[in-house]
Amino acid sequence: MTEFAAILLGTVLVNNYVLVQFLGLCPFMGVSNKLESAIGMAGATTFVLTLASICSYLVYTWILSPLELEYLRTIAFIMVIAVVVQFAKMFIEKTSPLLYRVLGVFLPLITTNCAVLGVALQNTNKGYNFWQSSLYGFGAAVGFSLVLILFSAMRERLAAADVPLPFQGAAIGMITAGLMSLAFMGFAGLI
Amino acid sequence: MQMLLDQPVLAAVLALGTLALIFGGVLGFASVRFKVEGDPIVEQLDSLLPQTQCGQCGYPGCRPYAEKIAEGDVINKCPPGGQATVDAIAQLLGVEAPTLDAGDAANAEVKRVAFIREDECIGCTKCIQACPMDAILGAAKQMHTVIAEECTGCDLCVEPCPVDCIDMVPIATTLATWHWQKPKPAGLIASDRDHQAA
Amino acid sequence: MSAPSMDTKPEQHVRKIYPIPGGVHPPQNKAQSTQTPLTEATLPKQVILPLSQHIGAAAVPMVEVGERVLTGQLVAQAKGVVSANVHATISGTVSAITDCVLPHPSGMSGPCIVIESDGLDEWQPLEPCEAYLEQDADTLLAKIRAAGIVGMGGAGFPAAVKLAARSPIQHLIINGTECEPYITADDMLMRSYPEAVIQGTLIMAKILGEPEDLVIGLEENKPEALAALRQAAEGTRVQVVSFPCQYPSGGEKQLIQRLTGKEVPSGALPASLGCVVQNVGTAYAAFRAVRFGEPLLSRVTTVVGEALEKSANVEVRLGTPVGELLSQFGYQAKKASRLIMGGPMMGFALTSDLIPVIKTSNCLIAPSRREMPANNPPAQACIRCGLCAESCPASLLPQQLYWYARSEDFDKLESHHLFDCIECGACSYVCPSNIPLVQYYRSAKGSIRQAREDKIKSDHSRQRFEFRQARLAKVEAEKEAKRLARQQAAEKAKQKLADNPPPAAAIPTAPAAVSEAGGADAIARLERAVESAQARVTTAQERYQEAVAEGSERAEQLLAKLKQAEVRANEAKQKLAAAQAEPSATPVETSDDPVAAAIARAQAKQAMNPAEKAKANVESLQKRLAKAREKLAEATQENSDKVEALQSGVEKLEQKLADAEQELAQTAGQLEPVLAAADDPAQAAIERAKAKAAAAATLSPTEKLTSQIESLQSRLAKAQTKLAEAQAAEADNQEALALGVSKLTEKLAQAQQVLAELEEQANP
Repeated sequence: MTEFAAILLGTVLVNNYVLVQFLGLCPFMGVSNKLESAIGMAGATTFVLTLASICSYLVYTWILSPLELEYLRTIAFIMVIAVVVQFAKMFIEKTSPLLYRVLGVFLPLITTNCAVLGVALQNTNKGYNFWQSSLYGFGAAVGFSLVLILFSAMRERLAAADVPLPFQGAAIGMITAGLMSLAFMGFAGLI
Repeated sequence: MQMLLDQPVLAAVLALGTLALIFGGVLGFASVRFKVEGDPIVEQLDSLLPQTQCGQCGYPGCRPYAEKIAEGDVINKCPPGGQATVDAIAQLLGVEAPTLDAGDAANAEVKRVAFIREDECIGCTKCIQACPMDAILGAAKQMHTVIAEECTGCDLCVEPCPVDCIDMVPIATTLATWHWQKPKPAGLIASDRDHQAA
Repeated sequence: MSAPSMDTKPEQHVRKIYPIPGGVHPPQNKAQSTQTPLTEATLPKQVILPLSQHIGAAAVPMVEVGERVLTGQLVAQAKGVVSANVHATISGTVSAITDCVLPHPSGMSGPCIVIESDGLDEWQPLEPCEAYLEQDADTLLAKIRAAGIVGMGGAGFPAAVKLAARSPIQHLIINGTECEPYITADDMLMRSYPEAVIQGTLIMAKILGEPEDLVIGLEENKPEALAALRQAAEGTRVQVVSFPCQYPSGGEKQLIQRLTGKEVPSGALPASLGCVVQNVGTAYAAFRAVRFGEPLLSRVTTVVGEALEKSANVEVRLGTPVGELLSQFGYQAKKASRLIMGGPMMGFALTSDLIPVIKTSNCLIAPSRREMPANNPPAQACIRCGLCAESCPASLLPQQLYWYARSEDFDKLESHHLFDCIECGACSYVCPSNIPLVQYYRSAKGSIRQAREDKIKSDHSRQRFEFRQARLAKVEAEKEAKRLARQQAAEKAKQKLADNPPPAAAIPTAPAAVSEAGGADAIARLERAVESAQARVTTAQERYQEAVAEGSERAEQLLAKLKQAEVRANEAKQKLAAAQAEPSATPVETSDDPVAAAIARAQAKQAMNPAEKAKANVESLQKRLAKAREKLAEATQENSDKVEALQSGVEKLEQKLADAEQELAQTAGQLEPVLAAADDPAQAAIERAKAKAAAAATLSPTEKLTSQIESLQSRLAKAQTKLAEAQAAEADNQEALALGVSKLTEKLAQAQQVLAELEEQANP
């Protein structure tokens, strides 16, 4: 139980994928202009990340390992992720047109979200079992969602603030992200 | 099993091939199961457009333009809607808002209605046929007049008039439509002030 | 700031006072204008009465320019329910009904009735009423409505509308709070006429169905008014309550919360809580209206400021220009920084001293520059101190609203309840950076309202456009269907002909068989007609003979009838003979296929251009005229009584013929433009607009201008040829065309000038 808690805490705060490992920065900067779309993106990424880490674990353990094809894992995982994203896209388009509209072009972006591939590869590197892998994927997604939503809330405020001209737009966003990253470094000694 | 382990190339091809087949099957099933009819985005786009039906975007009316946007046309072709409409559409589609296309963007901000100088009208009905809103009243050889409340200021009646008796009159602010102006924010930071002065 | 003050002294009316959130305590500045008792201003020489001194529809003028009116006479009538009557406030002559500058923050003009005083102040007879509390509620309400009374506290909502509340009312609150600095009009009114205020309260209570709680609330900075009211309220069930000063406890929702502890929900009206709030001034006016039948003619206004020699409260006739009023107080325009109507927190600057005092003008401030600088100190950056949130009486987040108003994020503004802002100005007052917060909110509210209206209009436009499209499509479809039907019918007819391969003998048989059958029928019908006609002739003869025998006067009439009957019988006989003579020959062509014939006719017609049509019309008319003339000649010969009718018919036909000929001439002249018009001008116009937009996108301003000039030139050329044609044909639109040409020439000259300027700029 402690082990699961450690995995969760580790992925959400200590080794946060965005702010500590610097993976998945492109949706982090791209979809954080509005709180609503950030929440949608967070939900979609959580869905995809968890599912992708489960699928990649299964593919790795039941197909690649027995056949001694571990060296193919990157290409196999990319395929898995692409399929999961596409599936998620169809599913969302059918079940929630509103969310689909909000996510817009960013849904396919999850395919190229390095955090997703990163999680799948980390799972195999760390030799996690099924439950650990799925929890690791879920924890990474929660960590991603947390910082994305926090960041978008800040950017909404920034949009209306008196920002000096040279810093307006993306520049102040980068600086804010850097400050958030510094803050998350503070969790380093937690476990 | 042993045979596959002995032939890694075959094993790799088989493994990836099988995976691809399975995934293809899943996606195929999903595309049938989760099929979406129509494009609900057109309705939403149409509701954002100003419904002047002026054709300045190059399409015969607002709905056709909405359909074209849904198909991927640029979103900054609507001068009557102004930058506000462009921004709203950009937000709906989740893209960066471009600036308005037309050169006379500032001009478009002022709302206008058509006005027929009635003593000059010869009653040719050409403007009536050109009006997309049915906002011009009149009959052949009778004076025509514009129902100002229905006029969207689309300009389409001006060109067909053979005696050039239609003016586009800016709508005056009345007590009912007047509202306070937004205060000008002071240039608070030295760099901003320089920029404004330049 | 929001410290509740529960330590009310033990008083005769013990009532719990509830705290309200936020609020500020600006310097009161109320002593200046309360030193002297309430007086009446001198009668104005002229009054300007705006038709809209209230919230709702403007009143409709009932008098004409030049009409003499008496004081108290109705000059403009309320339009609809939410509106108020306007009465003449002096006797004199209506000199104008025109647009004058209004007391409104926009400084815009609106329709006003201007009355020049005759100095007599001659009153219209009034209808006093002694036993007013025994009247029923409807009569009282009607009197208040007729008197044109509106909320006198500042908003100007018609009092009768508020008093006609549909839901049951438990609390009638009379607002004597007057929490804004400088204003003392209500204070002086309560001191001077406490009885009238109490009676007015009772009248309103009667109208509202006697709510259990009648309370007059005032801030504790008005001890004299409190004492006077308490004395006047002895023996009635009106409570008079005072509470600690806190701006803006005089706001309607704030006062309800202060006195009842209930908070008016967002977007709801006080009536939903069973509360009605009226100003003391309204209560006073209601009393005067019911007791003396006096309409709302004057109000108490505070005139105050360091740019005046003296400050005081006066009862002033509505419509008095502020300049005229201020001159009675020694106004020094040089000293004043500006003129403010209303209080320093919520009032607005006046742009002219011709602006009249209206029903809602509770205060006029003429401050010196030291008192209120002309320009507000420049706004600085928000330092997020949060003072505004602490001071907001509506518990909003002014700072958030400010950010969203600045970035025009209207969704967020609405979700932060912008529309619950009462614009009291407390946030602006406390802001250490001098940010004009309220102006941001007002502007955002205006923009949101406008966006809502635009949305409604665009939805309406969409509906109209779609309906038009549907209608055009339907017309098109109907045309298409008809065309198809005709085509099919024609084909069928052809087929029929082709199917019955005509061996020479058989040709007549098929159609002839039909027509014979039809012909036989027709002959039988005609025979019957002849028989009945003859029968009628016989009876007519009999009657005529009888009449002759009796020597009756009707003989002549009967003779005429007989003749008619004979003529008809002859006609019938002729027809019958004709039918019998050509039983089979006639119908081959016509009865064969009427549809085909119709098609032929229609096609022929369609093929004709308007000129030909007109010609055909003229020809047919000529024929008809000839026939009619023949008939007329016959009738005159026979001396029949139909002569007159026939005569007028001929005249009509002649007229028509003349018209048709004229039309023919015109169409011949106009033929070309008509033909030139594309079959769908809208489509053509769109095409043109498209081309224009495409061209404009790539062109520089100079090029754009050049193309504009070119198009103008081509339009001019076109217009000139049209004019020439019109002159040749001596058409009646010559003048209009000439005007068009001259206008186009002008436009062209302008464009060329601009182009020249542009070119000069480009190559200096």
